[in-house]
Amino acid sequence: MSDILFYIFAFLTLVFGFLVVLNPFSQNPVTSAMFLVLTIASLAALFVLLHAFFLAAVQVLVYAGAVMVLFLFVIMLLDLKAEERQKIKAFSAGAGFLTVAAILFIFLQSLLKSPLGAEPTPQLEGGTLALGKLLFTQYFLPFEVISLVLLVAMVGVILLSKKELK
Amino acid sequence: MNVGLEHYLVVSAILFCLGLLGVIVRRNLLVIYMGLELMLNAANLALVAFSRFNNNLDGQVFVFFIITVAAAEVAVGLALIVALYRKRQTAHVEDLTLMKL
Repeated sequence: MSDILFYIFAFLTLVFGFLVVLNPFSQNPVTSAMFLVLTIASLAALFVLLHAFFLAAVQVLVYAGAVMVLFLFVIMLLDLKAEERQKIKAFSAGAGFLTVAAILFIFLQSLLKSPLGAEPTPQLEGGTLALGKLLFTQYFLPFEVISLVLLVAMVGVILLSKKELK
Repeated sequence: MNVGLEHYLVVSAILFCLGLLGVIVRRNLLVIYMGLELMLNAANLALVAFSRFNNNLDGQVFVFFIITVAAAEVAVGLALIVALYRKRQTAHVEDLTLMKL
C-alpha cells in the first residue's frame, strides 16, 4: 500500500516540479509559484511516508504557508506583466538541458555504484516527542543560533526595504 | 519490488536536477529563486530518507535547520529583488549586466 502511495506522490512531485521550471502553457511566475505549492505538498506526503510527521507539518506550515505567501506578495509587488515577453532562448535552453542531463547521469551512476548501508526494516519514527528531545538536548546550541539567524535576517530585510539605502 | 532508500534518492536527484534546470534556463529572478527552493527541498528529501533508513534521527534535525535557514534566505533574497526592482525596474537577469565586461 505505502509502495503504491510512494510511486503516486513521487510522480506528482516530479511532474509539478517540472511544471514549476518549464511550463509549456504559461511563463507567468504566479503559475510557477502555484505549482511550487503543489510540489511542496506532495513532498510533505513523501515525508509522511518516511514517518517524518513533524517535518511534514513544518514543511506545509513554513514552505506552503509562509514562504509561498512571501513569493506571491513579491510577485504582486513587482508589476511583471511586461516581463512575460522574454522567451527562453533555444541555445541557452539546449546548453542547460545538456549540463543538467550530465549532472543527473553522474548522480544516478554514483547511486548505482555505491553500497547503501540501509537497514531492511526501518524502525524510526520522526514524531514531535523524539525530535523535540533531540532539539533541546543535543542540538540546543544550534537551535539557539538558528533563532539568531532569523533575527538577523529580519533586521536585514527591514534595512533592505527602506526607501533610501545609506 | 519494495520501495527502499534508492527510490527516494533517485526522486531526490531528479528533483535537484529540475531545480538546477530552472536556475540555468529561466531568466526571471523570481523563478530562479523557486528553482533554488526546489534544490533545497530535494536535499531535504534525501536527508529524511537517509535518516529513516539508517535509524538515526539526526538527519531530520538537519532538515529542520535547513527549513529555517531557507525561510530566512527567502526573506532576504526577496527583499534584495524588491530593492533591485526599485532601482532598475526589472527582474530579469539579462537586464542586470552591470558587472559584464
